Amino acid sequence: MPFDWLRAGPPLAEWWDLRDLGNAVGGLLGWIDDRGGPSWLPYVVSGLIGIVGILLWSVFSQLFFVWAERRLVARIQVRLGPNRAGPLGLLQPVADALKVLTKEMITPRNADRLLFWASPILVMVPALVVFAVLPFGERMVLADLNVGVLFVIAIGSINTIVVFMAGWSSSNKFSLLGAMRTVAMLISYELVQVLALLAVVVFTNSMRMGAIVGWQDDFNTWIVFVQPLALLAYIFAGAVEINRTPTDIAEAESEIVAGYHTEYGGIRWGMFQLAEYVAGFAIAAIVVTMYLGGWTLWGLEEWVPGWLIFLGKLYGFFFVFIWMRGTLPRLRVDQLMGFAWKYLLPLLLVNVLLAGLEVLIWQENGFAAEAVLPAFAVANWALAVVLVVGWGQVLGHLRPEHRAKRPVLVKEVGAILYEPYPLRPGGSVPEA
Amino acid sequence: MDDSGSVVAFWTLAALTVGSALMVVAVRNLVHAVVYLILSFVGVAGIFVLLSADFLAVAQVLIYAGAIPVLIIFAIMLTPRAARDNAETSLGLPALPLVGALLATIISIAVVTDWPEATRGGFEETTSVIGEALLSTYVLPFEIASVLLLAAMLGAIILVRED
Repeated sequence: MPFDWLRAGPPLAEWWDLRDLGNAVGGLLGWIDDRGGPSWLPYVVSGLIGIVGILLWSVFSQLFFVWAERRLVARIQVRLGPNRAGPLGLLQPVADALKVLTKEMITPRNADRLLFWASPILVMVPALVVFAVLPFGERMVLADLNVGVLFVIAIGSINTIVVFMAGWSSSNKFSLLGAMRTVAMLISYELVQVLALLAVVVFTNSMRMGAIVGWQDDFNTWIVFVQPLALLAYIFAGAVEINRTPTDIAEAESEIVAGYHTEYGGIRWGMFQLAEYVAGFAIAAIVVTMYLGGWTLWGLEEWVPGWLIFLGKLYGFFFVFIWMRGTLPRLRVDQLMGFAWKYLLPLLLVNVLLAGLEVLIWQENGFAAEAVLPAFAVANWALAVVLVVGWGQVLGHLRPEHRAKRPVLVKEVGAILYEPYPLRPGGSVPEA
Repeated sequence: MDDSGSVVAFWTLAALTVGSALMVVAVRNLVHAVVYLILSFVGVAGIFVLLSADFLAVAQVLIYAGAIPVLIIFAIMLTPRAARDNAETSLGLPALPLVGALLATIISIAVVTDWPEATRGGFEETTSVIGEALLSTYVLPFEIASVLLLAAMLGAIILVRED
């Protein structure tokens, strides 16, 4: 019997119960199943509904947020922003989309055609696939995997490869520089991301996204209250993963034109832009699910549709990214790497150790959650403040490195040395 | 493996895995070879999913499709004077009979062996079981692997130190 999971658990409400759109889909699937079609049909239908729903939602959200972001950043920077096309400039994204669609797509002569063509398509895949495991509501999840958290991390790591493919295949030194920066940046922050999410998993004892939301619902708390440091680190790791401004060294326009998508134009460039926003929503959705209680809001989800609460939280959190972009200057490459390895990583290791210790104390002594969680929250917030400020002080008082250190071996293995030798046109390297 | 969906999925994934593995050695461009290698790894991850080994599948994607190719890419990119293509070498001649013998051995083993048919259903959840096994039964190999990785990391740092 397929769809046992659908009929297990709390019974489905009527299909028109909009508090959870999963009711309607579940009703439809049950109806198909009862007609006795082939066993794979409900799976295909549920998959199609999920994919089309997520795709439509993400594209329309992106259209709106292109406008919202430009207006908000303009507001932050005391400018006006787009205000000509339509009321308040609301039609600006439509005009932009039309422009992007009609522009010519140029392929450089030396480009690697296959990879150059495939990258803008593939870049959408990780951004969209992540949404499969994220619950929009109690039943509104495409595939609630047992290993959801790990899945999210794994899919994020695929992104690296696609960005590298785009940069390398462009046959442009700025593209390649941007691609290599992305790769170096993402493998640095992947550790940060894993450790930040691990602290949550230690508490919730499950990697299933639904169970993590359920844990926060059961104990009437949000993970952020017991794991503030993890959320802080995850915000940075997420910002790195989606290349947003304080950390967008991969496409730093004042340094390397547009990084890995320098050579892309027209709708190909548009795909990168779209993927960046969708990945941004994905990161915000992960934050909301893992740290901010997902689709629950202390009982309000009984009255207001859970998916509206989820979307509200998601957009609210996405505003933080816009805010960061409007306010913070871009970090230099070495600063960004140093921040991951020297600052975030030690703090997160301490944090994971502490989370494990707390859960151990809690489980071994059988304390009541009501007594123990507030204590943990107070302790962790105090510790987070002390660690963030203290470690910043320690690192700040170290002697600053005026000269970037270069490894000795690099020359011997034949790496390109940029600094003392001007690069000849065409990217050839003079003999060292 | 009785329902048609699994059969179709298995043969698709098998074709993907073996086909892209073949392409890894067949294509002339090293970066293309890396991309095919990733495809092959993703195919293996799909086969793990088919065997309901969800943790292994995701770990496969994370490590083999995400991390190992990055390592290879760094190796390719940091050696600009090395050739970027799958160059011809004189080692091809002795390799041919060696690989042929290996292939013949594997095929004959696969044909001769009386494969037991799995009667169990899918696993419920593998992650916690693997975790417990790693930290109880197999704690010594686990720790040795950790120390080995730590040693490799320290070695890399010492190799590239400036002074």
